[in-house]
This record gives sequence, C-alpha cells and structure tokens, in this order.
Amino acid sequence: MSTSLRNNQLALSATLAAVLVPTAIALVFFYAPVDEDGLNQKIFYFHVPIALAAYACFGWGAWKGLVHLWKGKPGADLESYVAIHLGVIFGAMTLLTGSLWAKFRWGHWWLWSERQLVLFLVLFLFYSAYFMLRYSVEPGPQRANLCAVYSLFGVVLIPISFLAIRLANQYIHPVAFNRHGPQMAGSQFFTFCVCLAAMLALFAALYQFELAGKRLDARLKELRELLA
Amino acid sequence: MSAEEKYVAAAYLVVFAFVLVYFLIMALKLARLERQVGELTDLARKRADG
Repeated sequence: MSTSLRNNQLALSATLAAVLVPTAIALVFFYAPVDEDGLNQKIFYFHVPIALAAYACFGWGAWKGLVHLWKGKPGADLESYVAIHLGVIFGAMTLLTGSLWAKFRWGHWWLWSERQLVLFLVLFLFYSAYFMLRYSVEPGPQRANLCAVYSLFGVVLIPISFLAIRLANQYIHPVAFNRHGPQMAGSQFFTFCVCLAAMLALFAALYQFELAGKRLDARLKELRELLA
Repeated sequence: MSAEEKYVAAAYLVVFAFVLVYFLIMALKLARLERQVGELTDLARKRADG
C-alpha cells in the first residue's frame, strides 16, 4: 500500500473519530434519557463500547498474527503489535471505568468472586504479557513468529470473556443485551450504537497513527544504517 | 456536585486522560523522529559534499 493511500486512511479515520466522539458525548448527556438506574448509567455508554473496542483490537491483532504466519506478509507483525498495544490501552480503560461504575453501584471497586470481571482481567493480563515476550527476544523472524502464535492463543479468551457475562450465575455485572435484543429504550440503543462507532473509529485512528509512526521509525533506522 | 455526578465525570475523565496521554507520547515520539530526520539529512549532506 502506498504511503499517500495510508496517509489518506489516517486522515479519514481521524476525521471520523473527531466527528463521532463529540457526537457520542453530546448524545450521552443531551439525548439519552436518564433511566431508573440514575445518572451513573451514563458510564455504560463508554464502558461497554471501550470493552468491545478492546475485544476488536485483540481480534485484529490475532488476525494480523495469522496473516503473518500464513502468508508471511511484510508488516503484518508490526500491525499485530500495534493492534494489541491499543487493545491493552482500551482494556485498561475498560477496567478503570468499570471499577468506577461498580464502586458507585455496588460499593466495591472489584469483586474477585465475579467470573466475568476476572476473565476480562485475565484477557488483559494475557495480552499485557505479550510485550514481555516481544521484548525478551531479539528483533527478527523468530520474534515475529512467536508473537504471532501468542496473539492467536489469546484470541480464544475473547469469546470466553464475552460469554462469561451471559453465563455467570450471579448477575452483579448487568446484561444489557440478551437473546431478546437490547434491554433498553430506542434512544438509549441509538446512543449506544453511536458510542460504539465512535470507539471503533477512535481505535482505527489511533491504530493508523501509531502504525505510521512505527513505520517511519523503521525507515529512519534503515536510512541511518545505510548512511553509517 | 452529587456523588453520582462525580463518578460519571471521573469515568469520562479517565477516558479523556488516556487519550490525551497517548497523544502526548506520540507527539514526543514525533519530535524525536523529526530530530533524527534532521541528523540524517546533515549526514547525507556531508556525504554528498565529500
């Protein structure tokens, strides 16, 4: 893919994020109604999309890992690394916003007895450990292959973590979506969808941004070696 | 501000802070890359001049 096409993609995703994120915030505070749970329910509109964006980041990182192993596409390893890096950032935001919500609603920052919370934490820690693996090996094909395999192992945890919210016997963690559809008013669901689109656009923009920086770094390193 | 409003504000501030810190780190990295481009340009010029 040419540099100019990549720059266009970056500009497009950044514009989309710049439009969607303020729109989402405006909808959350000025359009979505306050339901019986109270004002703290507004945290849901960012907490859940950020969690879903984290899953998307890890899934995308695993996909790029597969592309690296299967097709040996140059740059797939770097794309996988950047996606997982962003997944860890979004995962940290999920844990923090969820803890704030939990503290207000149920008086606890964290409950070790809640399987769905612990499984998300396990997923987060698993991908945090990805960096320990990556930086313990010298850069090269071996490192790329090891990281790709590791990212693929982690993807198994994503559906388990997602389904744990539905399969848990104790429903401390609320279930907003079930087989009957979204358990919320139409205006709330619309706001949620815009927030989800905003978080995914933000992920896309940050992904393109970080990838551009890393590619530039690699090219400069190559140039330095050539000129040395 | 009620306790409820404080928790909601804190949750949104957490997200905002994360994104801002991310941009700060990327800005510092960009500054470093620009400095490296300058150094390499000087090196290339010296090479070209002989």
